[in-house]
Parts: sequence; structure tokens; C-alpha cells
Amino acid sequence: MNPTTVLLRRGRVIDPRHGVDGVRDVLVRDGVVAEVSEAPIQAPPDAQVVDAQGRWVLPGFIDLHVHLREPGEEGKETVLTGSRAAVAGGFTAVVAMPNTKPVNDSVLITEYVKAKAREAGLCRVYLAGAITKGLQGEEMAEMGALVAAGCVCITDDGRPVMNAGLMRRALQYATQFDLPVMVHEEDLTLSGKGVMHEGATSTRLGLIGIPPSAEVAMVARDLVLLEETRGRLHVAHVSCEGSVRLIREAKRRGLRVTAEATPHHFTLEDEAVGDYDTHARMNPPLRSRQDVLAVREALADGTIDAIATDHAPHGVLEKQVEFDKAWNGVVGLETALGLTLAAVREGALSLTRAVALLSDGPARAFGLPGGHLAVGAPADITVVEPDVEWTVDATRFFSRSRNTPFHGRRLTGRVAQTWVGGRLVFENGQTKESRS
Amino acid sequence: MRHLLGIEGLRRSEIEALLDRAEAHLHGSPDASHVLRGKVVANLFFEDSTRTRTSFEMAAHALGAEVLNWTMAGSSVSKGETLLDTARNIEATGPVALIIRHRSSGAPHLVARHVRCAVVNAGDGTHEHPSQALLDAFTLRRRWGRFDGRTVLIIGDILHSRVARSNLHCLTALGAKVVLCGPPTLLPPGLESLGARVTSRLDDVLPEADAVMCLRVQSERQSESFFPSAREFSRLFGLNAARAERLKPEALVMHPGPMNRGVEIAPAVADGPHSVILEQVAHGVAVRRAVLEVVCR
Repeated sequence: MNPTTVLLRRGRVIDPRHGVDGVRDVLVRDGVVAEVSEAPIQAPPDAQVVDAQGRWVLPGFIDLHVHLREPGEEGKETVLTGSRAAVAGGFTAVVAMPNTKPVNDSVLITEYVKAKAREAGLCRVYLAGAITKGLQGEEMAEMGALVAAGCVCITDDGRPVMNAGLMRRALQYATQFDLPVMVHEEDLTLSGKGVMHEGATSTRLGLIGIPPSAEVAMVARDLVLLEETRGRLHVAHVSCEGSVRLIREAKRRGLRVTAEATPHHFTLEDEAVGDYDTHARMNPPLRSRQDVLAVREALADGTIDAIATDHAPHGVLEKQVEFDKAWNGVVGLETALGLTLAAVREGALSLTRAVALLSDGPARAFGLPGGHLAVGAPADITVVEPDVEWTVDATRFFSRSRNTPFHGRRLTGRVAQTWVGGRLVFENGQTKESRS
Repeated sequence: MRHLLGIEGLRRSEIEALLDRAEAHLHGSPDASHVLRGKVVANLFFEDSTRTRTSFEMAAHALGAEVLNWTMAGSSVSKGETLLDTARNIEATGPVALIIRHRSSGAPHLVARHVRCAVVNAGDGTHEHPSQALLDAFTLRRRWGRFDGRTVLIIGDILHSRVARSNLHCLTALGAKVVLCGPPTLLPPGLESLGARVTSRLDDVLPEADAVMCLRVQSERQSESFFPSAREFSRLFGLNAARAERLKPEALVMHPGPMNRGVEIAPAVADGPHSVILEQVAHGVAVRRAVLEVVCR
């Protein structure tokens, strides 16, 4: 049983939205932030007191892009196991993609996943509805019904909407709900049968390459459509320099475009495919060094709004196969913080900016509550032990899947506690499930 | 050498040792029939290739081994078995080596990570075909002795050619220069970083070549719009009689087979005085004996 009043004492509070970075006491009452103070707060008699000295007290992380695989592929992940992985990674909210089986193109599936999320009772699970029925790219799904059921965006993620006319109408139609349309940018006629980035490594390995133009051309198309429709566009998993340049320019011109990048795209290059390692197979593919540097720059300068994991659980059957037959994707919830902090240590971006990309940025992109720690904000809080070194061990993931190229990697910085709505849901490597 | 998965990464001395052993086998190494006596070598061909399979089979027999031939048709793969399960099941019958031909690049590497016996790559997707490169190098070495100062021109579909990749690694390791020539759509990026010179102007480079290797052009590439027609390909990149006239008098003409006569190579050139195409085939068995001997040791 969690007390309703919690005092997090003397932690380093970093709240990018309000320009806070310093030692503070944070008082939480009834699920919201009740007080943030530089001076010590007298603990109320009913309060649980948490010593946060030497730790960072951050707005809870929000992941705009996860695959929970339920319904349909519960052997890979469920809403419960995905929620555990989320809170273990410091995420207090996730947005679940609609490419489940069946696809989330209807209120029924939205309600089902919401019910599973309530049952799990760990992080907040927001839903993304499909743009098109069955993700077939042919007919628009019932957007109004999906919004009414609680979907916070629409996307055909995993697939592009190849039909430009349909995409234009989806953007237009979504304006009445002020709904962000998340896009997986890939011109399928350019990516073809490609399985990795087109470059010296694909040539050497004899694997069919996917040129950056497969992504950039679609970003360009959708920005043109965005300008006409005045809708909201969210570019998922930006992987290359050309996309970054177009998004930066569109933002400068005032278009309502937001973007996300994944830890694997700002950490690894195409060479990580190495000896046909299927854990390094993802879509978009790992790109060149130049692309990685461009994505990092975009994270730092605000062109990219959010770090999202594209957490994509797959089993051995999908990965222990020939490279060209392997499925795309990597689990990411439990390694995101460590990889982000590695980029900070390498000087790619500031710590404040990194925290913003994990919390404030995603909250603003989709208009979600949280992402900051002002009085009255939901008490979604991630407490980090910044100096703890640990080794990624995929066999110990909370996620039901182990597909990661980071197994064995040394990382610094670990989640100590995760609080959702003032309730402790993760502490010291254990999830705290309230079984009623 | 535990496996032969590719030429990339092999040292010059390792390649030369293999070629030396092939030379011994070509002259009928007297002790050879004992090397693998009582052992089994398994041919796993997930993609048809009569000539490579037969060549490996003859090599294994010559070393005294039994050969288990396993082909795709009617196999458990068509019933949905994974590559690894197939490989592990065949390994359980006790072969000393698995010879794998597969349409996926890297398939032999995947198998090699999960089995204890030797794995020989007999051609994986568009990646490598190491025994072909070794027999090509063997053919050239028998004519030339040394590779230094020699230029080998490889013409055609470089993008999809495992023969081109293996030959590039092999010939540059041995000291030759390699020029790759084909339409820009069939020249993937980064070839220069692997040590090649790259061009689409065949007529410019033809007179420099000490050997010309024509690659098989697959008709499906035309439908995939890598080039407009076989006719145009032939006009721009075919080794026809007029081009053969411009070769150095002692230049050698090679082809890994099977040939599309009249497309990448004119019949008169394939059968002409420059051609060593049938020598290549004959050398295949000796080279594969050397390979099996080395990986099964």
C-alpha cells in the first residue's frame, strides 16, 4: 500500500520545462506534485520520506513509440510485461503502436489494451490508432471513434502510407481533432527488398541496401502535404541527415512538425551488422556515421523533440535466421536511459536537453500530461542513480523478448525508482505491482 | 582454418597455401584418397547449382569421403523447418563438413556459429563464393606465376555477384589490381574502400587488362530495371569480337559459368584463343580438394 504523501528529499531536480536544475525537496500529495522547494520541506506526519541525495529527480520519461504486441503476439510481449520493462527503464508513460493482431483500428482494440493496461497498473499506456483500416493503406480508419476512445495519435507505423492523396486527407481530417499523425517514412519503391543501410557495409556483406532517400523522399512529401493541410505531423524514428535537414527547415517556417529519434539510431552505425547480426536489423536501418552525427546534432538543437525507443520485441524464431529473413526491431525500454546518458557523456547534448528529450519533449509533441514537475503536475517521477555502472544483460530484461544489439554493453546511470501518479511502481530492480 | 566462409579476412599466406595444395592435387597427390576415408561430407544445397555441387562431390570422393547430398526439393525446408534446425539435424548424422549453398547472404555464417563441424561456403546470396575465387586465382597463377603488376577486369552485375566480391578480396590479397566495370545501377557504393577501381567505361579499361572476367547477367535484373534490355547491356558491356581484338594479345578471358552466350560474352570469344573457361572448370575439383583437406584437418 502506497502512502498518498511522499517527500523526495534533497535530490537534484532537473525540470527542463521550468528551467530547474538544482537540489530541491519535492512533495507529492494525492498523485500530483504539491510543492517543489529549494529550502527543506518539513515532512508532513503521514508522509513517506525518500532520501534522494546524490540522485537525480526527473520528470517521468514518456516513450511515444512502443510495441506491446498485445493482442496477438503475447509470446513476444504483453501489456503487462511491456509495462514492467517501461517502468524499469524509467518510463512512466508509453504510446502503444497499433500494429497488433488484430490491428488497433477500432474502439474495441483500443478499449481492450486500455483494460489490460489498467490491470497491469504500472505505467500510463496511451494508444495510437491506425491511420488506415488494417494498416492496408487503402481506407481511413474511424479516426473520430478512435479519438473518442482515447487514442492520442494515429499512425500506420511499420508501414508508410504510400498513397499521397490518402495521406493528404488523413492529415486534413485529423485537424478537426488537433491530432498528431505519426509517420513511418519509407518510400517502398526506394527501399525495395533492402535489409540494411546502403553503403560500404551492405556492399561488403552482399546485402541489399536501403538508401537514405527512401526516408528523405517521404519526409519531403509529407512536409509538403503538411504545409497545405496545416495539420500536425510527427516523424517517427528519424535516421538520416536528409530528414533532419528538412524537418529543421520546416520548423523554422512554422509548420507543426515534431520528430523523434531512437537510442539505437543515435548510438550505432551500419557497421554494427558486423557478421550478419540480426539484432542490428531494424527499419529504418542503422545508418552511416554522418547520419548518426546529424541525428545527434538534431537532438541537441531541438530539431528532434523526443527520444523514443521503438521498443519492438521479437523472439528467437524471428531473429535466429538468415539475415534477409529476420524481422526488424530491437527492444529498447530498458537501455534507453543508459544510451542517452552515454551520448551526454560523449558531449553530443547537454544533460538538461537529454532529460527534456525523454520527458518534456514527448509530452509537448502529443499534448500529454506530465513531462514536467511544476506544482499540480502528475507525480510521474523518475529517480536516477547517475553514477552506477552496469552491464546490459538481455537475459534479465523485464521485457519478454531479448532482441538487443546492446547485450554486454557497459552503461552508466540506472533507474532507482519510478513513480506514477505518486505511486512507487519500480524500485531497486523490482516492479511494484498492486494486485487487488 | 576451421571454416571457409569467405575470402575476406584470409591472409595471403593462407590463400597461397590453399593454392599450393591444389597444385599438388592437380598432379594427383598420392596420399589424397586417405585424407577423409570413412568420413562423411554433407552437401547442403538450398539453391540449385549442379556444377558446384558436383565439383565438391568429386573432390570429397577423391579424398575418400562419403558424400551426403541434400537438396531443397521435397526437403523439410519446404515444410517450414528453419535453416538452423536443418543444419543441426544433418550435423547430428556425423559429417565432418557441411558444404552450404544458400540464397541468403550470411547463411553459412549463421550455421557456423551453431554447429561443431566445418562449414564451407559454396556461395551465399550476393556475398561470397570463395571456392570459385580460389579456382579463378589458381587458373591465373598457373598461367602467370605471380600476380604483382597484373590487372584483372571484372565486368557485369557487380551488385549481385558473389563471384566478384570473392575475387576482389582474393586477387587484391595476392597482389593484383582489380577493376570493376558495369552499369552504374549495378555498382554498389563502397567498392573503392574494398580496394577496387570502379568504372562504367568498358572501352577505356579494356586495353589495360591482363585478364577479363565476364559475369553472368541474369535476365530478372532487366525486369527490375537495373538496365533497359539484354541487347543494350550486350552493346555496352558485352565482350564481343571487336572488343576482344583490343585486348592485350596474351590477355586471358574467364567466366564462372553458366554463360549467356551472346549477352555478356560472344560465342567466338568464349571459345577463342584468350579463353581459359574450361580450365577453370577443371581446376575446380583440385581446389575444392584442397579446401576440404584444410578445413577437415
